[in-house]
Amino acid sequence: MNASIGKPRLLFDFHGGIHPPQNKTLSNQRPIRPAPLPAQLILPLNMHLGAPAKPVVQVGDEVLKGQKIAEAQGAVSLPVHAPTSGKVVAIGPRPIQHPSGLDAPCIVIEPDGREQWCELHPLPDWRTCCPPSALIPRLREAGVAGMGGAGFPSAVKLSPRAEHPIEQLVINAVECEPYITADDMLMRERADQIIAGVEILRHILNPKEVIVGIEDNKPQAIEAMRRAATGSGIEIAVVPTKYPSGGEKQLIYMLTGKEVPSGGIPAQVGVVCHNTGTALAIHRAIVFGEPLISRVTTLTGKALREPGNMEVLLGTPVSALLDAAGADMNRIGRLVMGGPMMGFTLHSSAIPVVKTTNCILAATAEELPPPATEQPCIRCGSCADVCPADLLPQQLFWYSKNQDLERAQQYNLMDCIECGACAYVCPSHIPLVQYYRFAKGEVRKEMAEQQKADRARQRFEARQDRLAKEQAEKEARRKARLEGSKPAAASGVDVAALKAASLEASAAYKAAVKALKAAEAEGSDQVAALASDVEQLKAKADAAKAAVRDAGNAPAAPVVDVAALKAASLEASAAYKAAVKALKEAEAAGQDVTALRTEADALKAKADAAKAAVRDAGPATAKAAPVQPATAEQPAAEKADDGAERAQKMKALKTAFNMSHKHFKEATAALEHAEREGADNLEELRKQVERFKLKADKAKAALGLLVDQAKADMRASGSDLKSLKIEAAQTEAAARQKARELEAARVKGDDERINVLSRELDALQREAQVAAGALKAATDEQGLADA
Amino acid sequence: MTTILVAVFALLALAAVFGALLGFASEKFRVEGDPIVEQIDALLPQTQCGQCGHPGCRPYAEAIAAGEEHNRCPPGGESTVVALSELLGREVLPLDAEEGSALDVKRVAVIREDECIGCTKCIQACPVDAIVGAAKLMHTVIADECTGCDLCVEPCPVDCIDMVEIKPTLGTWSWQRPPGVGSKPDNLIPVVTL
Repeated sequence: MNASIGKPRLLFDFHGGIHPPQNKTLSNQRPIRPAPLPAQLILPLNMHLGAPAKPVVQVGDEVLKGQKIAEAQGAVSLPVHAPTSGKVVAIGPRPIQHPSGLDAPCIVIEPDGREQWCELHPLPDWRTCCPPSALIPRLREAGVAGMGGAGFPSAVKLSPRAEHPIEQLVINAVECEPYITADDMLMRERADQIIAGVEILRHILNPKEVIVGIEDNKPQAIEAMRRAATGSGIEIAVVPTKYPSGGEKQLIYMLTGKEVPSGGIPAQVGVVCHNTGTALAIHRAIVFGEPLISRVTTLTGKALREPGNMEVLLGTPVSALLDAAGADMNRIGRLVMGGPMMGFTLHSSAIPVVKTTNCILAATAEELPPPATEQPCIRCGSCADVCPADLLPQQLFWYSKNQDLERAQQYNLMDCIECGACAYVCPSHIPLVQYYRFAKGEVRKEMAEQQKADRARQRFEARQDRLAKEQAEKEARRKARLEGSKPAAASGVDVAALKAASLEASAAYKAAVKALKAAEAEGSDQVAALASDVEQLKAKADAAKAAVRDAGNAPAAPVVDVAALKAASLEASAAYKAAVKALKEAEAAGQDVTALRTEADALKAKADAAKAAVRDAGPATAKAAPVQPATAEQPAAEKADDGAERAQKMKALKTAFNMSHKHFKEATAALEHAEREGADNLEELRKQVERFKLKADKAKAALGLLVDQAKADMRASGSDLKSLKIEAAQTEAAARQKARELEAARVKGDDERINVLSRELDALQREAQVAAGALKAATDEQGLADA
Repeated sequence: MTTILVAVFALLALAAVFGALLGFASEKFRVEGDPIVEQIDALLPQTQCGQCGHPGCRPYAEAIAAGEEHNRCPPGGESTVVALSELLGREVLPLDAEEGSALDVKRVAVIREDECIGCTKCIQACPVDAIVGAAKLMHTVIADECTGCDLCVEPCPVDCIDMVEIKPTLGTWSWQRPPGVGSKPDNLIPVVTL
């Protein structure tokens, strides 16, 4: 007994577990042999857990042994290296190691047989050359993944977070699954290298203790490891044979008594666990600079003449290995990758060996008979007795079977390690693990869907916000355009002031004229001075009058006048009517009606004139304020709410119409297709077409109704498109005419007139712009541009 | 007499204190908006496809909260109907197939880019902004963001948008449900004693 096992470690026994027949002697009788070089090496880009690698070579490239042919993408990913020198002959989908049987992208290399290495960067002085953390990127670049089964990138496991100090490093050499002896043989033959790899791990992680766990059914391996570990302080712990003691969480519990929390990782309890094969790969990657390009794989099963362990280049097809082990193809009942408990049936022997392939089991039909018929659960509870994860397999089975995912998750479905112990003991032959795998898949699918739905909701809401903002901006621009016409109205104040000034000026002028006349009559000598005064005043008054006239042509001026004109017109027509009445009465009374008639005629003419004036002024008012201001505002706000609601309704209807129309088109196509094929469900299809057509028509009719309603509302609110259009055209025409007049005045050279006309033209042009803007805004607002 | 007065006074004081407390709580913990709409919206599949007759999932959630039938969501399928029934305490209704065809397979829109004329009509139709492109330039669908709602298919003037089934990948593949009692599973490997 040497120092490292001075006192045997206190072991904790985990709950449950089974003792299936080991069948290990089948393959651990021969030393590890090198596997033959196959005709083609198929390297999946996804040999590890995580994101697939990205090829960095092209078809036709010559590659050297150990050369990187694909690089890691993302944090949890690993590069792929060429296992031998040769030529890349294809990059494309090939069948790979996955229970789904799906193809995945692979790089295919045709070996040239020269085994020519690329340049390597060995680091024999790893203890002293650099800080321990500098070794981690090297492991990542060497493509080292967990070789026990999951293939998790080792570099990730070696960089635990600062808040999880590592107390124990556990090396998993248990290899509890039946048939598999790869780690057993590796320890027997290469214990020194494994211990050297463990030393590197210890150097990187700096744990308090290092424990190697080995099952007691491998006495030779235990002996070899103890010899190699002598004096190193690495503890070799022997654990009793029980499946699944090689499960990471189970082994950690057995050796340290620490339980990894549900959904957590071992680092959370201060433990990191690595496989023996991984330790060896780490040793080779650091000390020799060799990337992970080969592994030891067990070839076993009764269908093989020469079962045993082989050093296999990654990418070697299973068929090549079967040939090398002398497989009797006719006797193979089932070809399994991995062990019989947790492995999966291969659907093709062209599938390559990858970083996680620890065993190829070519079993005869007697060895692995087809599964028995599933019987109803008899609630014996055997499954709960053997569950190593302390779950309730029976409950999980019910919930998984009924797809009650919520309850299944409450019963910690996700903590199931899929070891198969429950299914192994089930007297009803219920494929329990398959139920759990199915339920787990559904849970993951649901989670993915939920995530996608959340993202879609965010995007939808962001879009709605954006559209609302755009609408608001449009509204604001429309308002701004309306505001633009206000300055013209503001000039109304000026007009009043100008008028007052003009009146004052003319009063002063008249007074001056009077004074001049008086002076002339008196024969005063101030006549000359007065005459010049009068002249000045006259000029002033004229100027004021001209200003008033100019201002009067500004668009807003008529607003005041129109009201007055209307009143005048009403008065005039009332007077006329009264006169007519009086006339009729007089006629009836037989009085002299001539005078009255003249009066009535005069009144009629007056009323007509007033009416005409109102009519003339009318358009001007409308021009000045296209949408009736102030009074129209209150209902406009209500209208806006209505409009928004209707716009939404219209959108929904449009969607409905589009959908049903699409369905109609699809159904029509299906019908045509069926008619061509002569299918017998024609009647049904026809009915479907009819139904969709009816629906589309209905949606269209409803949409049309809504559009009509919107148009009617618009008319009612006074912003009728048609009148707006006419108005816009009218103002434009007026502006054009003014422009022509101005041209004529220019030709004549009448300066004053040119001034007046150009100012008028400016006003008209502004008006035309406002009218056009109002028209556009109205069209946009009602959403009728495309309706 | 004093006893009665004390009792009345004590009760009044208690009422005042608790009233103030409740008033404060109702202000402090006021719930903005209708929480049931949020809950319904969370259950809907967010395809925003409009097959329910509403322009998006949230408007439909609002309509359900206001009393509309909760079986008009074909993309959600039966499971959504059941979930909604549970949430709302309503009867489980059969899916209203009239409102569209329920499809089991997930689909995604793909633009045949050679034929795209760059009209932007599909971009305007997409409820989740999953189509990129500009006027007179080719458009393309961001497959990861596409909800498979079909709304872009109809507006396309050149019919260059296909709805393509999403094939399972290594990442999305999952195990099938075993066929059940009386049948033999196809993947389990029990070890037998030799």
